[in-house]
Amino acid sequence: MSTHAAAATTSASHWDGGHSPYATNSKKFGMWLFIISDALTFSALLFAYTYSRVSNPDWPTPFHFNPSIIFSSVMTFALLTSSLTMVMAVHSMNQGNRKAAARWILATMLAGATFVGLHLTEWLNLINNEHVTPASNPWGVPLFGATFFGITGLHMTHVVIGIIYLGIICQAVMRGKFKAEDVEVAGLYWHFVDLVWMFVFPLVYLMSAKI
Amino acid sequence: MSEHTVSIPTFSKVWVALLALTAVEVFLAYEQVPTLIMLTALIGLSVIKAALIIGYFMHLKFERLSLFLTLFPMLVFCILLMLIFLGDATRIPHMRPGA
Repeated sequence: MSTHAAAATTSASHWDGGHSPYATNSKKFGMWLFIISDALTFSALLFAYTYSRVSNPDWPTPFHFNPSIIFSSVMTFALLTSSLTMVMAVHSMNQGNRKAAARWILATMLAGATFVGLHLTEWLNLINNEHVTPASNPWGVPLFGATFFGITGLHMTHVVIGIIYLGIICQAVMRGKFKAEDVEVAGLYWHFVDLVWMFVFPLVYLMSAKI
Repeated sequence: MSEHTVSIPTFSKVWVALLALTAVEVFLAYEQVPTLIMLTALIGLSVIKAALIIGYFMHLKFERLSLFLTLFPMLVFCILLMLIFLGDATRIPHMRPGA
């Protein structure tokens, strides 16, 4: 009798096959695995930055509160708001409201584009007016440019890819294609980009602030 | 469970909390807190923000525990492993000629 009971418990296990043990679809699980590996890429870069910084006591702190920190705070606001609109897109899609979902996705793309626009303005200001390049800068620690452009550049690449990804999802949603889970998976990617910025912003900008 | 839907007011609250935590971070930068305290506070606040984003926006709080256990312990472990190198970084400035 006890073996019978044991067999019954086993067949009720999530790991018995026939369905996802995580109760998610495979796209979502795949996106999670990608996010974890990408998180490791970004943490390796941030650790490389920390290492360079600790080993160079004369690391420059070129970001004045006004305008640099205020500027990057506005960028943070744009990205955080885009996460909220993305959540709303997933919410609308779950309720079957494709029109609203498409509109929220467009709002998300717009906030993302605002972020990239502001970021590029800042980059151009650093390159043209402050003469910072990946290999040199006026403050004596050449690694500053390499880590700054490396980390923020990779992050900006992710935002641009995210905007393209959302654009593809958006036009499909408007044409009645794709399911709610596809919007949700795109949302996971977008939130991850936001999440990375939550570490880049304090470590790269706020730690280099000068009043 | 993915069937669980979070309500819109919850999302707004999480968004406001994220903005408030960011404001605290910017305030710390404005006050020019000593570096080590600043770094600890910023990392602490950022981890809280990350947890809010992962838990609510990325919906992980409402997924099965097995998904979280499959993904996150190894991520945290790998990130902690990277700390091994930091000891060397603190020694480099003393090894430079003329330091």
